[in-house]
Amino acid sequence: MSTVSLVYFSWVRERIGRGEETLELPANVVTVADLLAHLKTLGEQYEAALEHQNVIRAAINQEHVDHGEPIAGAREIALFPPMTGG
Amino acid sequence: MNAPVTVRVQREDFDLAAEVASLSRGRGDIGAVVTFSGLCRDEAGVLGALELEHYPGMAEAEIERICHEAVKRFGLQATTAIHRYGKIMPGENIVLVVTASPHRQAAFDGANFIMDFLKTSAPFWKKEHRADGSTGGWVSAKDADDTARDRWSPKG
Repeated sequence: MSTVSLVYFSWVRERIGRGEETLELPANVVTVADLLAHLKTLGEQYEAALEHQNVIRAAINQEHVDHGEPIAGAREIALFPPMTGG
Repeated sequence: MNAPVTVRVQREDFDLAAEVASLSRGRGDIGAVVTFSGLCRDEAGVLGALELEHYPGMAEAEIERICHEAVKRFGLQATTAIHRYGKIMPGENIVLVVTASPHRQAAFDGANFIMDFLKTSAPFWKKEHRADGSTGGWVSAKDADDTARDRWSPKG
C-alpha cells in the first residue's frame, strides 16, 4: 500500500464530488492507467467522472504525464479534462 | 543573453501598456514588441460570464515552461504572460502575452507559439454562465487548438 494525494479539476472534480483526497493505493496500482482503473471501482461518481478514460489528462507532481507513466514516488497526482484556457 | 520571463496567474485585470513598459524599461536592444490579449466574448448576447478554474502552482509552472521554450526557439529578449482566473465578464481580459525580439518576426512567432501551447497544455478550464442565469456547462476543448499547436512540431 502507498498513500497518494489526488487532486481533481473541472468536470472531473464535479463528477467525483470533491477537489482533493488522500488515498491508500494497492500495490498492483503501478501506472496512471492502473490508478484510473482502480478509482473506477470506488463508486458510481468515479465511474461517471472517468468513463471516457482516454480523454482524462494526468499530471504527476504538477507535470503532464501519459497514462503509461509509473506513479511510484508521486507526491501529488492530478486528473482533469482537456484544458480550455487562453 | 538576458531574457527575463515573467509569468503571473491572477484574479485581477492587467494593463497592456504597463506590462509593455515594464518589459522594455531600461533596455536599448529591443527592436520589436508584440502583445496578444485574449478577451471574453459575449457570444451574441448568450454568454453572461466565464468562470476560469486553474491548477494553482502547475498553471504558473506550465506557462513558464512554454515561455522558456519560446525564448530558446525564437531568440526572444523578454516575455511576459499573464492569465486570469475567477469570474470574467464579456469584454474583459483573460490572457496577455508580450514578446520582445530584435526584429519583428521572432516576436510575432513567439507570441503565436506561446498561445498555441498555453491553450492546450496550461491547466485552465472555462465554465460558461449564460446571460439568462442558467449554467452553460464546461467549454469543450477544440481539435483546432491541437492542430494549431502541432504545426510547430517538425513531425507535423
